Amino acid sequence: MSEAPKDLKYTKSHEWVRSEADGSVTVGITDHAQELLGDLVFVEAPEAGSNIDAGTACATVESVKAASDIYAPISGEVTAVNEDLADSPEKVNESPFEDGWLFKVKPSDAGQMDALMDADAYAAHVEAES
Amino acid sequence: MTTLKTTPLHAAHQRAGAKLVDFAGWEMPLHYGSQMEEHKRVRDSAGMFDVSHMQVVDIHGPQAQAFLRYLLANDVAKLKTEGRALYSCMLNEAGGVIDDLIIYWTGGDTYRAVVNAATAEGDIAHMQTVVQGFNARVEPRPEFALIAIQGPQAVEKTLPLLPADLRSAGDLKPFSAVWNNKWFVARTGYTGEDGFEVMLPAEEADGLWEKLKDVGVHPIGLGARDTLRLEAGMNLYGTDMDDQTNPLTANLGWTIALKDAERDFIGRAPIEQSKAEGVKERMVGLVLDGRGVLRGGTRIETEAGDGVVTSGSFSPSLGVSVAFARIPAGVEAEQLHADIRGRKLPVRVVKPVFVRNGEPQIELPGAG
Repeated sequence: MSEAPKDLKYTKSHEWVRSEADGSVTVGITDHAQELLGDLVFVEAPEAGSNIDAGTACATVESVKAASDIYAPISGEVTAVNEDLADSPEKVNESPFEDGWLFKVKPSDAGQMDALMDADAYAAHVEAES
Repeated sequence: MTTLKTTPLHAAHQRAGAKLVDFAGWEMPLHYGSQMEEHKRVRDSAGMFDVSHMQVVDIHGPQAQAFLRYLLANDVAKLKTEGRALYSCMLNEAGGVIDDLIIYWTGGDTYRAVVNAATAEGDIAHMQTVVQGFNARVEPRPEFALIAIQGPQAVEKTLPLLPADLRSAGDLKPFSAVWNNKWFVARTGYTGEDGFEVMLPAEEADGLWEKLKDVGVHPIGLGARDTLRLEAGMNLYGTDMDDQTNPLTANLGWTIALKDAERDFIGRAPIEQSKAEGVKERMVGLVLDGRGVLRGGTRIETEAGDGVVTSGSFSPSLGVSVAFARIPAGVEAEQLHADIRGRKLPVRVVKPVFVRNGEPQIELPGAG
């Protein structure tokens, strides 16, 4: 069973979003997603300073098995990317919700968070997909 | 819903927490946690693979040799020592590849073949048709389980677990086998490492598997099997060649024995013709030094038109992506470009063997 922390929000495409105290949000992929992908070998995050649009592909994660697009869960400006993943993409497999975060965004419309799923809804979505 | 076939080791895979997938109608382990770790274990120490989905076919009878010399593109007359084996393609009348297989001479007028799971049914039907013209018999042996043990420590770890009368397996040369009335042990594999492939009665498979586990041989799934064979420069049937593929365009020319002009075999005429005319494509190895992964279907740009990746992956041993690609025959450039999701990335053309016995066979960026 893959876990889905209660304090995060989720997308149907298996990204998670955490609201930070400074108003920014951190984005990653879920434990379920990393399990499906298998061992990651490359992470191509968006560049810091670039703008991303909710629902559009903004990053790519590549595993031994396949390449997969990451969709922006929320619109805004990318304020930071997880530099550690360039040398250690396996952190996404080992710690998808903590050390394996992908990038941080300053949302242009915080209201978009309300459209995302909570942990229970996400768990039901994963269940329905499998 | 169709029911997937299972091997005698299915319960063992479930106990080990394998991720099970449909492979050619068989429920087989893709990995037991991490494909990458499994790959490295085989290169560094030893791992074991359940390959019981592959099919053993015995061929015997007074004309067994004549039948096989007609059926196969490689020439079983080269097998002069009992237990020796060779790799061969089985071609159709047009010269396309029906399957690739290993064939052992087991003495006198008996032979043993091991064929791919996905093609087994068609292979056996084809063999049964062709054998009609010969005084020989084709006998599938589905009762065997097959375990491959591979890696630098595979032989030392496996030997003590073999039946006493088969311990001479430690002295076997590559591509040879010893056997008793139940077990068959061959020094073969699909990883580029030393090791054995062991055929044994289905009911004894679980016992050997557990004993191997106890001496530190880890189970390895089909995922790592694919990256290991790719690094080793070994073709995968259905991916690198199929019944539409001219074997000369799939790096298989060395397996086609044309030396004996008297020997007729299925597919000989079209192969000789294409050899005389010159083939239009060839298979090369590619290395992508930058970030990105070459995959089956990736388009390769050359000055003479497009080529295509047939097998590609990230190479866990080398830390870069490697691939086999079929490109126009005349292209001699040392560097080409791969189209990866719209980005044109430079790739190096190399001999399609990337790792052997744990050692890189290509130059790596940043290395000496």
